[in-house]
Amino acid sequence: MSAIYILWLRQLKRYFRTRIRILSSLGQPVLFLVSLGFGFGPLYQRAGAGNYLQYLVPGVIAMGVLFPAVFSGIEIIWDRQFGFLKETLVAPVSRFQIVLGRTLGGATTALIQGTLVLLICSVAGFRVGNFLLLPIAFGFMFLIALLGNSIGTAIGSILDDVQGFQLIMNFLVTPLFFFSNALFPVDGLPAPLKLLVRLNPLSYGIDGLRGGLSQVFLFGPAIDVVILGAVTALLLGVGSYLFSRIQL
Amino acid sequence: MFIGRPMIEVQNLTKRYGDFIAVDRISFSVAKGEIFGFLGPNGAGKTTTIKMLTTMLKPTEGSIRVDGFDPVRDQGAVRRTFGIVFQDPSLDEALTAFENMELHAVLYGVDPRERSRRIGKLLRFVELWDRRADFVKRFSGGMKRRLEIARALLHEPKIMFLDEPTLGLDPQTRNHIWSYIQELSRERDVTVFFTTHYMEEADRVADEIAVIDHGKIVAQGSPASLKQRVQTVSLEDAFIALTGHAIRDEEASAADHMRQVRKIWGRR
Repeated sequence: MSAIYILWLRQLKRYFRTRIRILSSLGQPVLFLVSLGFGFGPLYQRAGAGNYLQYLVPGVIAMGVLFPAVFSGIEIIWDRQFGFLKETLVAPVSRFQIVLGRTLGGATTALIQGTLVLLICSVAGFRVGNFLLLPIAFGFMFLIALLGNSIGTAIGSILDDVQGFQLIMNFLVTPLFFFSNALFPVDGLPAPLKLLVRLNPLSYGIDGLRGGLSQVFLFGPAIDVVILGAVTALLLGVGSYLFSRIQL
Repeated sequence: MFIGRPMIEVQNLTKRYGDFIAVDRISFSVAKGEIFGFLGPNGAGKTTTIKMLTTMLKPTEGSIRVDGFDPVRDQGAVRRTFGIVFQDPSLDEALTAFENMELHAVLYGVDPRERSRRIGKLLRFVELWDRRADFVKRFSGGMKRRLEIARALLHEPKIMFLDEPTLGLDPQTRNHIWSYIQELSRERDVTVFFTTHYMEEADRVADEIAVIDHGKIVAQGSPASLKQRVQTVSLEDAFIALTGHAIRDEEASAADHMRQVRKIWGRR
């Protein structure tokens, strides 16, 4: 237990000490919020679909959670190359505890990032529908954070070199975000795109998040929890397994 | 010559990577409290051997006992018996010296009431107490190495593994580090297993030396007996007489590439 706690604490300390990274990972969601939110807002309104900002913000928050979460999982590569991973791997602690501590720590910092994005969005004009339902939104944020972190852990355990990192971001994480219901409504999409969105586990996280923030569910909270929860648990398992096979 | 069971006992230890034999049927044993030097040119199999002794790598063949435990079957028990200073730094540079120590203490289950006292004692031992609240990224190579030695001692290990502990350090720091290590063996009865290329250091501190080359142990004995065997004055000459004049090239490791990337990106 205490091993999990100290590794969780380590992730938090590292997060709060690199303020430049906090700022730089806020940059991207804010860019989406301002350019898409205000840029497409009038068009969306004219199409009779309502307030685009209200629709977009949960997607932007998911982005603010997902990317830092994947990144903090992938940090294993850096820890491996700069040696610290060895210190944890020869300690008399099971690999599962190490993964769990790291993952919970990374997910916690991603949750803080998501909260910051939510605050920024509120300043920009986003309105939370019902404050009593906020815990639901935070629950889904945490699940998205765990999902991203597990993806990062799995990838970081396989790659032993930072060169592959950009490739993964461009061809796995970015498409995961764009082919979801983050930026556009699912109704009336071309069938292949609609299928992609429905197959994407992140869509269920965003749907839950949107439901928690403005009470509009597409799939419904139960389906969201079950699908996102199952996929996250599966990826956590895969990530821990791959991590346990790391040889130095 | 051993009183009781040896702390480390290795028999016919072999590690193969495909066709390449990194370690080839080596056998040796290290007595309790002994300082054992493991010498050899680059790529001779020193680090591979340490990795197998410390549960990081599974041997292809042969048997190992560390304080009576098998590193393959009894990982946890073996891990509690040793402290290790790796060839490359293994500190978290974003944490302070004290935090690095604390993290280690928790991972090794050091009693929380004991923790601060022990950390204080060890940081004073390696003369870093005044710098305890500084981030490790501000430390010089020598300071990092001293901190790693202190950290490895935190859980009071019976065996200390040191892989090239003085590589790249200035003579003053090297001197210091060897005096800590000798103190460990003399006063705390810690068994020390180290590797180095610096022959004069091995000559001065080791009780027993094994010379490894191309994965095989080519000579073993006290520094004096090795020099006598090949009729040389210095251990350096004995080393060359035993392992030949050819220069060994090691391939750049992934870590070297990463350092390059870090320089370019200027991260951390």
